Amino acid sequence: MGIGVSSIFIVAIVSTFIGAVSCIQTAYNLVSPIIPISTVALIVRDMQILELAPTITCIVLAGKVGSNIASELGTMRITEQIDALEVMGINSSSYLVLPKVLAAMFTFPMLVIFAAFLGIFGGYLAGTLTGVITERDYLYGIRDSFVPYNIFFMCIKPFVFGFLIATISSYQGFFTQGGALEVGKSSTQAVTNSCISVLIADYLLAQLLL
Amino acid sequence: MIEINDIAKSFNGKQVLKGITSKFEKGQTNMIIGGSGTGKSVLLKCMIGLVKPDSGHVLYDGRDFYNSDKDTQQSIRREMGVLFQGGALFDSKTVEENVRFPLDMLTDQSHEEKRERVAFCLQRVGLEAAAKRMPSEISGGMKKRVGIARAIVMNPMYLFCDEPNSGLDPLTSVKIDELIKEITEEYKITTIIITHDMNSVLEIGQNIIFLYQGDKLWEGLNNNITKTDVPELKEFLFSNKLLREMER
Repeated sequence: MGIGVSSIFIVAIVSTFIGAVSCIQTAYNLVSPIIPISTVALIVRDMQILELAPTITCIVLAGKVGSNIASELGTMRITEQIDALEVMGINSSSYLVLPKVLAAMFTFPMLVIFAAFLGIFGGYLAGTLTGVITERDYLYGIRDSFVPYNIFFMCIKPFVFGFLIATISSYQGFFTQGGALEVGKSSTQAVTNSCISVLIADYLLAQLLL
Repeated sequence: MIEINDIAKSFNGKQVLKGITSKFEKGQTNMIIGGSGTGKSVLLKCMIGLVKPDSGHVLYDGRDFYNSDKDTQQSIRREMGVLFQGGALFDSKTVEENVRFPLDMLTDQSHEEKRERVAFCLQRVGLEAAAKRMPSEISGGMKKRVGIARAIVMNPMYLFCDEPNSGLDPLTSVKIDELIKEITEEYKITTIIITHDMNSVLEIGQNIIFLYQGDKLWEGLNNNITKTDVPELKEFLFSNKLLREMER
């Protein structure tokens, strides 16, 4: 619950502004009179669906959710809460880590769909309010040459990224040794490693699935 | 009864435990004492299965913990109650939920049975009024008492306490000691307490083991400890000015 719902606000802010900026910057670069202005909306849509919504959202989530998971598990480790579970005969990794991994794998795609919608909507707002594109052209552009497979590709990415972020962060937190300083280090390491793994996986998925 | 035979453990080539052998009787408050870094907590962790010893055996009423199958280990674990140094309460759960946690995870009891058992344990440690509070809202002494309630909620046969008095004021320390002793005698539990608090040793310690640099240097009863000839133990015991004057 905390992994998905508590991230809605930051995802909404980031994706709306990225959509708005990508619309303005695409319009700024499209100066040829032979390219219809509705192409701006088409580019915003494809950028959002193929790359910005899944990857940028998951990079943001690696920072927010990854550090949260690592610091929570790290604190539980140094305060002997994980030892208490193990002494009771409870499998601490499946009790603590598995729900986090599953939550990330199933909520990240939902957040990414939400981010893609808001990104396209952000482009619409920025484009129409500043007058770089009309409402009619924008709506035409986002429906033009639409490839449904791209939506499937967009949903596969956060599923994989969610798994990577949750497992890497859990590993860093679960095996924390020492005190408060080490919890901070684990948290930083979790975010760094998660971001790198997301970028590598992003490249591999693009190679494999497109 | 718990028996430990020749328990040895090293970390990165440094021997922390050098073949400790002892017996801890049922219904007694057994104590493992020694200065900081002498291997007390490692020995406790070896006994409760958190750290596997390099060699040796830990026997719970004749059942060898490390040479048993998983089911036997699991059933031994369910007979243990452990009070950790800081209480180790789950931050996200209330006091009541912390105490109920082992019942939720390990038993098929009905909601009503669990509620009654939790209420009984909290009442036993004098914390029925704090049931709905979060661990962050209670004092260190209360956390230890919640830890004790959680440790006894499954009716354990073996109770382990890792420095139950650390960080507590003298009055609260005495209350915690008395509570542990009462529970031990009332339920005929084999209790093992790790401590370096001399008040606890003299007040509630029955069978006492003294560890020094990973070795067992002395073992005996509470009333013999002050008559010891072991220099390291004498130094440990009479490091307190008041006790030094009592010796004279």
